[in-house]
Formats: sequence, C-alpha cells, structure tokens
Amino acid sequence: MKPYDVEACKILRRTVLGADCFDVMVLAPKLAPLARPGQFANILPRGKTLRRPISICGIGKDTLRFVFQVRGEGTKELAALSVGDTMDVFGPLGNGFPLDFPNLKIRRAAFVGGGIGTPPMLAAAAAFPGEKLAVLGFRTKAAVLLEEDFRALGCKVAVTTDDGSYGVHGLVTVPLSEESFDVCYACGPAPMLKAVAALCAQRKIPCYVSLEQRMACGVGACLGCATPLRWPDGTVHYGHVCKDGPVFSAADVVFS
Amino acid sequence: MADLSVNIAGVTLQNPLIGASGTVGFGREYAALYPLSTLGGISCKGLTLKERPGNPPPRIAETPGGMLNSVGLQNPGVEAFLKEELPWLSAQGTVVIANIAGSCEADYCAMAERLNDTAVDMIELNISCPNVKEGGVQFGTSCESVGAITKAVRAHCRKPLIVKLSPNVSDIAEIAAAAESAGADAVSLINTLTGMRIDIRTRRPILHNNTGGLSGPAVFPVAVRMVWQVKNRVKIPVIGMGGISTWQDAVEMMLAGADAFQVGAAFFTDPYAPVKILEGLNAYLDENHIEHVRDLTGGVKPW
Ligand SMILES: Cc1cc2nc3c(=O)[nH]c(=O)nc-3n(C[C@H](O)[C@H](O)[C@H](O)COP(=O)(O)OP(=O)(O)OC[C@H]3O[C@@H](n4cnc5c(N)ncnc54)[C@H](O)[C@@H]3O)c2cc1C
Ligand SMILES: Cc1cc2nc3c(=O)[nH]c(=O)nc-3n(C[C@H](O)[C@H](O)[C@H](O)COP(=O)(O)O)c2cc1C
Ligand code: FES
Repeated sequence: MKPYDVEACKILRRTVLGADCFDVMVLAPKLAPLARPGQFANILPRGKTLRRPISICGIGKDTLRFVFQVRGEGTKELAALSVGDTMDVFGPLGNGFPLDFPNLKIRRAAFVGGGIGTPPMLAAAAAFPGEKLAVLGFRTKAAVLLEEDFRALGCKVAVTTDDGSYGVHGLVTVPLSEESFDVCYACGPAPMLKAVAALCAQRKIPCYVSLEQRMACGVGACLGCATPLRWPDGTVHYGHVCKDGPVFSAADVVFS
Repeated sequence: MADLSVNIAGVTLQNPLIGASGTVGFGREYAALYPLSTLGGISCKGLTLKERPGNPPPRIAETPGGMLNSVGLQNPGVEAFLKEELPWLSAQGTVVIANIAGSCEADYCAMAERLNDTAVDMIELNISCPNVKEGGVQFGTSCESVGAITKAVRAHCRKPLIVKLSPNVSDIAEIAAAAESAGADAVSLINTLTGMRIDIRTRRPILHNNTGGLSGPAVFPVAVRMVWQVKNRVKIPVIGMGGISTWQDAVEMMLAGADAFQVGAAFFTDPYAPVKILEGLNAYLDENHIEHVRDLTGGVKPW
C-alpha cells in the first residue's frame, strides 16, 4: 500500500473562523485511512508551482479536516474554494505524534497550540487515550481557534492571549507551569516551542514539537526543508521537516 | 505503440524522461508512488567525495511560475551513496546517472574514478550549481574552464560522461562545444538560473543563502532556446531540461533538439507529472503516426 498519495478531494464543509481562518472538511477516501495525528498534507493552490503544507486537524473514516489561515497568495486561493470544489491534496506526509508509550506511565498529556499551530494539536488530542489538557495561546480574542473543539474532546482547556483580551493574559507557559502532566505536545511559533521545551526539560518529561519550514517536495526528495537537529553526541546536522518531522522530540531540536 | 526508447552515448533508456538531479533524491520517495522503471532514468542528487551539510534554511522560495532553491549540495557523500542507495536503486529497472560535484578538479576526478567500477550507468558532471561557494558553477562559466575540467575528468572516467551546463553564461553553445571537444559524450542543460527574492517587510532575502537557483515553468522558454542553440552547435546528444511540466513541453523540448529530457520542479507540483508526461507523449506520437520518439529530436522548422 502507498504510504501517501495524491487525491482530488471534494470539499464537504467550509466555515470561516474569525477574521482570516478557514475550517475545511474534505472527502478523502484514499488518504484518510492512511493519516495519523501530527501528519500534514501538501495542498496545491490552483496555478501555483509549490504545494502548501497544512497540518491534518481531524481524521474521519473517509474525511480529513484542515484549518488554515490566509497568509499569502496560496492560502488565499485555497480559501476561495467553495463546498463542492475539489482540493488537490498530497498526503498524508511526515511522521505523527507518538501517542502510545507501552513502557512509560503516561496518564495525562498537555497539548499546547500557539496561533495557527493549534490545528494539529486537535488531531493529537482526539487520539490520545488518557486524560488531556489543552493550553492554547493567541494574539487576541478574535484569533482564538478551536477552543470548543478541544472541550468537546473532554480536554481541560486554558486559553491565553498576548493582549489579555480573553482568557489568561500572557504566554502559554503561564497556565502550563501550574499544571502537572506526563507528556507534552506542542505546535506554534518557535519562541513558544522553545519555552515549552525548556519547561518540559526542567521537569524531565518527554516533549514533542511540530516544526515548520518552507517545502518543495514534501517527501524528503529535494532536501529543501532543512532544520538544525542535534545528534545524541551534541553535534548539529540538518534534518528535514517533511520526512524526519514535522514532529520532533524537543530534545533533538536546535532552537534559534 | 510508438517506440519511446532513446540511446544516449551508448546507453539505452526505455523512454526519454529522466528525473532531474536534486529533485528526486535517490528515487525512494517516488518509488512509493510508482515503479521507478516508469522513468527512462534518474539523475541522483549531486554527490561529493565527503558528506556535505548544505546551506542553512530557508532553502526554498516560490516565484511566479517557478521556485528558487539554495539546498547547496547537501548529500551523504559518495561512499554512503554506494553502500546505502545504489544497490537498491540499480535494481529498480531504470538508468542510474550519478551527478557529481567537487570543489577542485582533483575532487571531480576522484569521484569519476570511484564510480568507474560500480553499477552507475552514466556520470553527469555538475559544473553548474549556483548554490555552493566553491566548485560548481565556477568551472562552468568559461570555455577554458569547462574544457579543462571535462578533459581532466574524461581521463579518469570510464562511464559515459554527460556535462551539465549552466545557463548563467553569455554563449551556452560555445560552452557546449568546449565540452564536446574535451571529450564529453553528451551535454545536459539547463541547470538553474541564479535568482533572488526579498521579503519587503523584513528586508531579508527569503533564502538564507541570499541567492538561489530558479527552476520551474518560468525558465522553460530560456531552456528551449538554449537547447536549440546547443543542438545547432554540437553533434553529441543533448539532454534538455528546465521547466518541463506537461507532455506538450516535452514535445517542444525534443523539437528544439533534445534527445532526452529531464523533469525536476514538476515533481513538486504533481508527483505524478512524469507519468502524465509519458502518457501524453505516447498518445501524441500515436496520433501523429510517429514511430520513434527520437524522430522528434530537432524537428523544429525555424523561420
Ligand atoms: C508541516 C507544516 C504544517 C502546517 N500547518 C498549517 C496549518 O494547519 N494551518 C495553517 O494555516 N498553516 C499551516 N502551515 C503554514 C502554511 O504552510 C503557510 O502559512 C502557507 O504555506 C503560506 O502559503 P501562502 O501562499 O499563503 O503564503 P506565501 O508567503 O505567499 O507563500 C510563499 C511560499 O512560502 C511558503 N511558506 C510561507 N510561509 C510558510 C510557513 N509558515 N511554513 C511553510 N511554508 C511557508 C509557501 O508554502 C510558499 O511556498 C504549516 C506549515 C508546515 C511546514
Ligand atoms: C531543489 C533542487 C535541487 C537541485 N539540485 C541539483 C543538484 O544537486 N545537481 C544538479 O546538477 N542540479 C540540481 N538541480 C537542478 C535541476 O536538476 C534542474 O537542472 C533544474 O531544476 C531545471 O529543471 P526544472 O525546471 O525541471 O526543475 C536542483 C534543482 C532543484 C529545484
Ligand atoms: S520538502 Fe523536499 S525534502 Fe522536505
């Protein structure tokens, strides 16, 4: 069986979230059964040369859900599609979050999302068997995403905003540092990941982060999406976000 | 069914489509989608004697109708290639081309020597990489340097030798002629055109390397023109590439003078692009009652 493939996916549902985010559910009978939380898809906006990497936010029997923000021309083009249109999806790509720990006592997991890094955390939380905590950080109230979706999964949810317009005023590490958990998953801006990784390192608990990089092939062929990683002996080398990631153990990541 | 096979420097390719160096790695990622025997050949990621880490990220930027890359020849080194990639790749039923680079003449010669008694089918001399500080394109921009490096490598190379040309020159036909007279068995062109993008918000170039190599549909007309000029100048086979993304592009490239062609950035837009290009090419040949794909080569009727 192919580990990934291209599928012309029909858009079943499309909603606008806040000012510039779109929540899209597509029919993907070929790709959905292959998908695991933490993986992404490379989606081709019409007329573009490069596909756009978008995390898988939800996995159904024959559907995939994507939540994306309009950042530039490509995401604008994807946002212009309507229900019934097709999306050219290549996926699922990369490695998912490790959610099973047969040899460790892992009961409570923290899912930390920063801004548009939140969507992949939802897929991970949905698949985690134990008790779950979601800490979601945003710029401002209008940018808050998926809060109710995390609640619906039975997560304890804490929301933070940079400007204090909603939830806790401050960074995700504020509520996070008051909670106890056995494993942590995070996706968001690099400074946030760095802070979350430091908190977990201090507590000596495993932390997995999902990284971003500009991509071309999405499968490990072009070596475009390099990211600096540390070998166990401390030496630094370039790994590739699409194939070695996007999920990495925070201990291996060189945060700039 | 038309005969799609072509012969380049004594090596038979089952069809004229070759995966371009640096865009298909060592083939494994696309072998997950279709057998590599679908392709006439695969040109591997540029190899050097020792492992190279490549350039800091970002390495990719999109451009209208194309892309820039500044990967900078990240590769595991020739020994790792021979041990870990070649045994598998050479069993896939496609022609294997080793794309080689170096920072001095001795490196290129040692690479050619090392590959002599291996399962590699052909060598592609990369003297046209714009993304490394030394080596690469510095050998590829004057007739003297192209002649000298081709001659030196030829003396060590017992495999068919393809010289890959840079488009960042004023007269590419002259350069091709220099490669031919120095003993090249074929030329391939074009490598990427040097380009740059700047983020107007941060005033930073998007690529950490500041500049990168442009490829994709945007370069296609330049590539067609250069292939045409080179074909009119040399007798050795010409492998055309640069922006081919449809079967119509492939036909056009062959009419311009290509004996075979490579596909690069199109893999990124559509991983199945090569399959579609070959299907379209086949149908075109049948519809036009053309028996051999090689009959297209140089078929342009210039004004
Ligand atoms: C593994 C992964 C998962 C992602 N998941 C999501 C998600 O679920 N939701 C979401 O809204 N965004 C996500 N992103 C970011 C998203 O890929 C970019 O916002 C998007 O590519 C921007 O495209 P554009 O055409 O709108 O922007 P432009 O700036 O016009 O894009 C130009 C080029 O740069 C690339 N690019 C620009 N910003 C980024 C970026 N941050 N990361 C990677 N490539 C970039 C584009 O892909 C394109 O090739 C993810 C990125 C990665 C690497
Ligand atoms: C990401 C990337 C990496 C490349 N790496 C190499 C390389 O290692 N050696 C080489 O000779 N050419 C390299 N090239 C150039 C291609 O082989 C080809 O000449 C060029 O991309 C034009 O073809 P295209 O427009 O079909 O991509 C690379 C191109 C890209 C896009
Ligand atoms: S995008 Fe090509 S290697 Fe990651």
